[in-house]
Amino acid sequence: MIPELGHFALIAALFVAVLQALVPAYGVWRRDRRLMAVASSSAQTQFLLILFAYGCLTWAFVTRDWSVAYVAANSEASLPLMYRLTAVWGAHEGSMLLWMLMLTGWSAAVSVFNRRLPVDLTATALAVLGALAVGFLLFILLTSNPFTLNFPVPDNGRDLNPLLQDPGFVIHPPMLYMGYVGFSVAFAFAIAALISGRLDAAWARWTRPWTTTAWLFLTIGITLGSWWAYNELGWGGWWFWDPVENASFMPWLVGTALIHSLAVTEKRGQLKAWTVLLAILAFALSLLGTFLVRSGILVSVHAFATDPARGIFILTFLAIVLGIAFTLYAWRAPKFVSEADFELFSREGLLLLNNVFLVSAAAAVLLGTLYPLVIEALDLGKVSVGPPYFNSIFLPLTIPLAVLIGFASAVGWKRARAADVFKRLRVPAAIAVLAGCTLPWLLGHRTLLAAIGGGALAVWVIVSSLHEIVRRVRAKRDRLAGITQIPRAVWGMTLAHCGLGVWVLGITFTSLYSIEQNVRLGPGESATLAGYTFALKGVEPRQGPNYRADHGDVEVEYQGRVIAQLAPEKRLYDASGQIMTESAVDHTPLRDLYVALGEPIDRNNANGDWAVRLYYKPMMRLVWGGGVLMALGGLLAATDRRYRLARAAERAALSSEVAA
Amino acid sequence: MSVGLRRGLRLLLAMLLLAPAVVRAQDRAPPPDPAHLTADEQQRYDSLIHELRCLVCQNETIGDSQAPLAADLRNQVHAQLAAGRSDVEIKRYLTDRYGDFVLYRPPFKAKTWLLWAGPFLVLLIALVVALRYARARRHHETPVLVDNEALLRLIGSERQSESEDRPQGPPA
Repeated sequence: MIPELGHFALIAALFVAVLQALVPAYGVWRRDRRLMAVASSSAQTQFLLILFAYGCLTWAFVTRDWSVAYVAANSEASLPLMYRLTAVWGAHEGSMLLWMLMLTGWSAAVSVFNRRLPVDLTATALAVLGALAVGFLLFILLTSNPFTLNFPVPDNGRDLNPLLQDPGFVIHPPMLYMGYVGFSVAFAFAIAALISGRLDAAWARWTRPWTTTAWLFLTIGITLGSWWAYNELGWGGWWFWDPVENASFMPWLVGTALIHSLAVTEKRGQLKAWTVLLAILAFALSLLGTFLVRSGILVSVHAFATDPARGIFILTFLAIVLGIAFTLYAWRAPKFVSEADFELFSREGLLLLNNVFLVSAAAAVLLGTLYPLVIEALDLGKVSVGPPYFNSIFLPLTIPLAVLIGFASAVGWKRARAADVFKRLRVPAAIAVLAGCTLPWLLGHRTLLAAIGGGALAVWVIVSSLHEIVRRVRAKRDRLAGITQIPRAVWGMTLAHCGLGVWVLGITFTSLYSIEQNVRLGPGESATLAGYTFALKGVEPRQGPNYRADHGDVEVEYQGRVIAQLAPEKRLYDASGQIMTESAVDHTPLRDLYVALGEPIDRNNANGDWAVRLYYKPMMRLVWGGGVLMALGGLLAATDRRYRLARAAERAALSSEVAA
Repeated sequence: MSVGLRRGLRLLLAMLLLAPAVVRAQDRAPPPDPAHLTADEQQRYDSLIHELRCLVCQNETIGDSQAPLAADLRNQVHAQLAAGRSDVEIKRYLTDRYGDFVLYRPPFKAKTWLLWAGPFLVLLIALVVALRYARARRHHETPVLVDNEALLRLIGSERQSESEDRPQGPPA
């Protein structure tokens, strides 16, 4: 009964979405405010319907309703409750429902917090979001219905993919989707601006917090995904340049470019057409990512060719959405020309350069991700494009970005004198070079040229960002007042840039100085890595809620003192029969010690010798710490006082209007 | 597509047939003693195994994978390094057998030149566009207040002087 209600809610949502797409658009055309108002009510209704459908699917998982095919395929009787709740998005159909929940959630949010923009612009944007919802609901109902029933009803489910039974997975997909789908708001407003032909500072100021919010969720999602892969895949890697990761990284890069170009559009009224194009591209890449991940084309071009229904649908949808968006762009964007001054050596000029490099980096990721697929589809054989390619292409495209950051915060809008800027940056530059040269030595590593370069770059980014704050405080007589008067958005920017610096530092040291070793260890034996002694005390069988494990007990000693007890596991999941490696990590900010059990040397004797993987990874935490700092910076920037003030002012204006 | 499909099936079949052979090969030949490699060779070994693809896995290097085929490939790399082969020779040995698919760093050749050059072409084009944009808008003095006539005169004189010289400011 409950699943049928969910199914019914989905169909109802489709009809509401059609209304949301058509009625406000007609209202805008006829200049009828009552029809435009349908946008808000239908967006909110649609959100409630999808939320209800989502609740029904969750209920089916909680109550182990094996009559629902999707539940039976992705859960089983002994799966713990937490993982039954997250299994809702554990596979294709549920992920698409989560995607819809996010899309309608964002639309409902737009319908509530829209007091700032002209009614017709909001109505157009909501109509665009409604049209997107129509496409995705049709996709779900026609090709990927999570409520499809099973007959005969099986006795038990087939289990959630054990890879996904990890705390990191509990919040990773919702965060990622919040980000992915969040770019639809910027997209919808870009289309609305193109249709209305109006794109002013108010538009940019309104679009900024939405874009920043989507970006910060995407940042958290990617960071969590990296952390999950590190813990769960068992070989100490944290980023693999896997197509699935690239699918989320491309919108992130373009979204980052968008945040920066929006700043120029708001403050200087320039780069308008470019900003609109970026908003379209960011969402286009989100859609492309969905296509890549959801169509199965990544597993194999041939598997995709044999069962193409889903892929063809998304591809067609992608073509329609982008076709319309780019046609509109080509037709209307020439209107958005600004004839004001533009100096390259100014903040807006450097932000433009930032965009050049970010977009090139995104293009590199896109090319590397699609190239093998194209080559294979053209029957030119098979090529692999992996980390060596991406690392060698990506570094020259992103190092200039880190160098630019320092200048961008020291250079003012409009025009700057090079001599002043270089004078200002002498101190940060000196600190960066000094720190870069001494850091490897201070931390007891071999001195490598790459480490000096990476360290100097990281410190440069951090110090030059903080320097902006210092200058602002010094400019005031009263230092305390100086600090409190700094806008929250500036703190946000500084924090996000510091996050980037921390991230660069982490990546540099962990990639250059990590040590890994595959060793053969019997109970009571030990191995030494980077001065740490890992002793395998023993391996014993353990029973988990839905798996059996070989539970290792590893004691880590450093300079004669026991510093950690680690418990890596090898798990055999009951229902699916899959084997998982559960690594164990001891971490401080400066280093991770990572242990994973490989295989028993003699397969029949778990008490004998084991192949064990040991990793020493310096500064690993900084990589994720940097991501968290960037997201926090985004949070500060998105909640800046001027956005809230303006909103409060409008609410007051609106209520007085109503009173009058 | 059907040719490609058949080829894919053949590859899959080859892998299935190969797998037991690999396992047997592993049984016969004990893993080589790590002590055989010099420090330099060990370093080359570490970087090589992270640039080669495990052919039966989903996107894993032979250094990361725990599949038997990956272990066999690691042993092959190890043995060839110990026998004094160069990195290039080892890669050629593997591509002769498994094709370019085994290399995570695709070679630069006719069908991959766009892959390697593409990002820098994009960068070049974007830089040129950005510089031209900035250049077209340099040293414009926008008058604060102009009436329509003055504006028209301004546009007219700008059009005229465009062929000769860049205008220094609004004409009096």
